Amino acid sequence: MCETCGCTITPGNAHLVADQGRLSHTKDGTKSIEVLSSLLHENNHMAAHNREHFNRHNVLALNLMSSPGSGKTALLESTIKALKSRYRIGVIEGDLETENDAMRIRAHGVPAVQITTGQACHLDAHMVHDALHELDLDSLDIVFIENVGNLVCPASFDLGHHANITLLSVTEGDDKPAKYPVMFRGSDLVLLTKSDLLEFLDDFDTQKAETHVRNLANSAPVLTLSARREDTLGPWFNWLGEMVEARQNAQNLTPTIQPDGIALHRVGSS
Amino acid sequence: MHELAICQSLLDQARQIVDAHDANGIERIIVQIGPLSGVEAPLLAQAFSIARSAAGFPNAELEIETSPIQVRCQQCGTTSAARVNALLCGSCQSWKVDLISGDEMILKSLILTEQPASLSGPLTRAG
Repeated sequence: MCETCGCTITPGNAHLVADQGRLSHTKDGTKSIEVLSSLLHENNHMAAHNREHFNRHNVLALNLMSSPGSGKTALLESTIKALKSRYRIGVIEGDLETENDAMRIRAHGVPAVQITTGQACHLDAHMVHDALHELDLDSLDIVFIENVGNLVCPASFDLGHHANITLLSVTEGDDKPAKYPVMFRGSDLVLLTKSDLLEFLDDFDTQKAETHVRNLANSAPVLTLSARREDTLGPWFNWLGEMVEARQNAQNLTPTIQPDGIALHRVGSS
Repeated sequence: MHELAICQSLLDQARQIVDAHDANGIERIIVQIGPLSGVEAPLLAQAFSIARSAAGFPNAELEIETSPIQVRCQQCGTTSAARVNALLCGSCQSWKVDLISGDEMILKSLILTEQPASLSGPLTRAG
């Protein structure tokens, strides 16, 4: 695969240094170098490479994020069950330990690669790149990347995916978007999950949850669903179908908000 | 604690710049961190104090500049300050705004120490 995906491109900053690391001034045995690049330059470089790779193989890549236990794997199981005949689906599973989630996915007859991160609280673009070597992208339409359950760290790392999906289960509290603004601001879709439990809860207001998302200047759809009730999954499946089409029609599809994307562009171009 | 991973990425990048400029070391690294970057400045500073020696820059100092959250309203065009979980126009309260500052996570510049001319020869002067 490496011959076609260009893995031999040197990751890192030699190119950046040559282009932008210009000498500003020299005095007292020191020199000041203006850089203006992301702190995660190397990760972002690898992420762009992953994204090119997905695009070349006509694969839509989606990053699923949430706190632990909000139902990412259960949603994937229901989705695979319902859409397996329409889309060829593959899954990359991120967890600190165990193959449990990948085994659950494989039981539905689709390929799943487990990344165990050890102590790392998030996936990064290099881990996903390594996992891609174990997936035959030519035989897939959609790759779901199930990130480590964590509402903080995964928000900072571009993996090369096309859209961010954040799950918020109704047992967690409707103010989670206000408490974790970085992640929810960057979400292209917010799913309020476990809606079958809503009737037992008097403290989760789906409208309030949506208002907290809007207060982050985010116009992403907010859908309420339960992985256990297929009749609630229609809007989610429609969104998926629209994204598959959007990716086919646009080679440069990326998540709406990318970490420090606007700022870097603005500073870099001034 | 993804600040340690980010810090290591920062130091890798710094190492490449030091090598590309044939410099001796780093006096100071200047970064810009916005409140919506997902990076906590005190944690980054703590991670830096741990990671700098292993990266070969024991004397490097980290200077963290913060940037304010500012939004520009798509409806009325006003630019105003906003809070981290209330990105609303200060004038008309609309949430249809663009963030124009506050999510930065940028390596701005490095102050490098030059390679002393006598490095490869015997020490000829004290101090």
